[in-house]
Amino acid sequence: MAEKILMKGNEAIAHAAIRCGCDGYFGYPITPQSEVMETLMNEQPWNSTGMVVLQAESETSSINMLYGGASCGKKVMTSSSSPGISLMCEGLSYLAGAELPCLVANVVRGGPGLGTIQPGQGDYFQSVKGGGHGDYKMIVLAPASAQDMYDFVDLAFELAFKYRNPALILSDGVIGQMMEKVELRPMKPRLTEKEIIERYPWATTGKTPDRKQNVLTSLALDAAVHERLNQTLQNKYRQMEENEVRYETLMCEDADYVIVAYGCMSRICESTVELARKDGIKLGLLRPVTLYPFPTKYIQELTSHTKFMMSVELSAGQMVEDVRLAVNGKIPVGFYGRLGGIVPSPEEVLEAFKEQIKKLN
Amino acid sequence: MKEEIIIAGFGGQGVLSMGKILAYSGIMQGQEVTWMPSYGPEMRGGTANVTVILSDKKISSPILSKFDTAIILNQQSMDKFENSVKPGGLLIYDPNGITRHPHRKDIKVYTIDAVNISVELGESKAYNMVVMGAFLKLKPVVEYENVLKGLKKSIPERHHSLIPMNEKAIKAGMEKLVQI
Amino acid sequence: MDIKDIIKPENRVYAKSKILTDTPMHYCPGCSHGTVHKLIAEVIDEMGIQEKTIGVSPVGCSVFAYNYLDIDWQQAAHGRAPALATATKRLMPDKYVFTYQGDGDLASIGTAEIMHACNRGENIVVIFINNAIYGMTGGQMAPTTLLGMKTSTTPYGRNVELNGYPLKITELIAQLDGTCYVTRQSVHNSAAARKTKRAIRKAFENSALKKGTSFVEVVSSCNSGWKMTPVKANEWMAENMFPKYPIGDIKDV
Repeated sequence: MAEKILMKGNEAIAHAAIRCGCDGYFGYPITPQSEVMETLMNEQPWNSTGMVVLQAESETSSINMLYGGASCGKKVMTSSSSPGISLMCEGLSYLAGAELPCLVANVVRGGPGLGTIQPGQGDYFQSVKGGGHGDYKMIVLAPASAQDMYDFVDLAFELAFKYRNPALILSDGVIGQMMEKVELRPMKPRLTEKEIIERYPWATTGKTPDRKQNVLTSLALDAAVHERLNQTLQNKYRQMEENEVRYETLMCEDADYVIVAYGCMSRICESTVELARKDGIKLGLLRPVTLYPFPTKYIQELTSHTKFMMSVELSAGQMVEDVRLAVNGKIPVGFYGRLGGIVPSPEEVLEAFKEQIKKLN
Repeated sequence: MKEEIIIAGFGGQGVLSMGKILAYSGIMQGQEVTWMPSYGPEMRGGTANVTVILSDKKISSPILSKFDTAIILNQQSMDKFENSVKPGGLLIYDPNGITRHPHRKDIKVYTIDAVNISVELGESKAYNMVVMGAFLKLKPVVEYENVLKGLKKSIPERHHSLIPMNEKAIKAGMEKLVQI
Repeated sequence: MDIKDIIKPENRVYAKSKILTDTPMHYCPGCSHGTVHKLIAEVIDEMGIQEKTIGVSPVGCSVFAYNYLDIDWQQAAHGRAPALATATKRLMPDKYVFTYQGDGDLASIGTAEIMHACNRGENIVVIFINNAIYGMTGGQMAPTTLLGMKTSTTPYGRNVELNGYPLKITELIAQLDGTCYVTRQSVHNSAAARKTKRAIRKAFENSALKKGTSFVEVVSSCNSGWKMTPVKANEWMAENMFPKYPIGDIKDV
């Protein structure tokens, strides 16, 4: 059995990157995720796997370094926290437009503005609805443990390359700063240049006589061409919606009521469900693992035997909009959220839930 | 078995590292563990606290409002966490610098004079291990051999020469706690 | 004698570099971009590095540089080309990586990226086209626009109180320890173009020697933006631009 190591979620991201064959990390310090780059710099993977680690001058530069690296068919990633991700949104739009795979991890803190360095989930809209300009989507994975932080690095790269699209790990200050035991998976080697050329014929690896030049751009000034490009992207997003929805459930089968929560809040609401069951309330939990694509169909199924659904978030109510769209008026949908970096306890969530179902009757 | 612990004090008292050693000891025993710190500017000289959960089963919420045990190392933390101990739970505190002692009658209260014990040992840095020893004496949730393994895992190898001193501190803490 | 008798290999005095594609350039007649493209193509051709060269094109008139040079290209967001080039070169150190940037791209919106790439001494080549104007967006003021110069956003001429001074960014770049070769050239006549080609070649050679960043500014004309004939634009450039942006090597380590 592989060794289990106690580490922070942020450290898990760094170790996973080295061990899953990541070629390059480009980042800029920001609380609460600086341990990612600190761990990488301490591990010096350039001596072991040859992975490049570079501290950029800004998040703007980091994300554009990802554009360059991804263009070469390399597995490249960055990590940041909310204000830094806002700066990256320009680059993310370009990466999505040029159909380039990359991984961005957002260890979310409270906003808007400089906000707080304490945990938040207020970047949901930014992550799943765009953030940057234009019609694009990112695959968004929401880890709920340090092991998830580790495992989702490899998964995000796999999905990013499968769809030639940016993938985002939407974490939060709780999951990033919390230590749990993490099992390190077997090492995967980095791809050689030959393997990259074979697998990713679109990459800018240098034009050889046997192929046309490769140009990675998001620009198309001809209206018809540009609409076609957009349709290609949209078709890809429909494929993701078809194939990549991931979620976990806790006692939803017989549930009268369901809480929907992701990331750290899904952990807290697991305890809420346990407490509710002790009180004889048939409460279940739906934890979306992918926030885009969203488990819309499963939520629709749940409405057939549940009376009420409540979204619990560290925001003023963002994911709840997607829950409402999925429920489509069939049952009432409630919301409970805390702001400012305050993380509610399981008991607090249960109280809020009880208040809301009281009003239903 | 499930033990939910809050450790709180000043930054620099070794609050976070004590939590880490406890958590690593739990892993060595095959337990599930979480270690959730307060983080940010309050770590830098201000108060620091960490929630550690050790359990035989998968841990759901790492954020808690009530604890089985509170380990309190300064007055602010006493004010903040005394009422967060579950009825019948345990509160261990270092009386140095405490002006308002705990008033609750429905919990078990112990003191550990870790400042003086660690000074007597000649290693004030082992302060947090004295406190941890006191906790483990009262709640032997992890076997001693696994505590030593956890200690080794938590301390960087270049500092492994300090392990015997830390062991001494743990033992001293086990012997010298006082029930109130 | 028939024309067919003349078109023979032995009579050939000039051939278009095979790196240049047959796509007709969209640049205005008289624009410097075409000449600089040709020089880069010739250098890549002569060094035999087509398979090893990655270009990064900017936002601006030369955004479409990839249509004209038959190599692999990445097209960057406005100002960000040095960041792309940094990662590309670090991840594929045996390649030749260059950015091609205008004055708005490099000296305004992308100031941070160019400064830090040069300061890190990335082993890349930067080709900087300075024509003192935003060409593609329709002739607005650039950081390098001369005082008094009329543009669509300085319709009464660039004014110090309102707009500050023309930015001599190349002199700033030369201060950075990461740069090994910083030069300012032009392509307004064939002698100047030949010197520019030598500078570009040296810059590419430097990147293989891992000496640091090589930076080649080409003081250029934008006769459309300047609202002049090509000939007049070249004259105006020599009279007004060269005194502010003197031609020659600034740094050669």
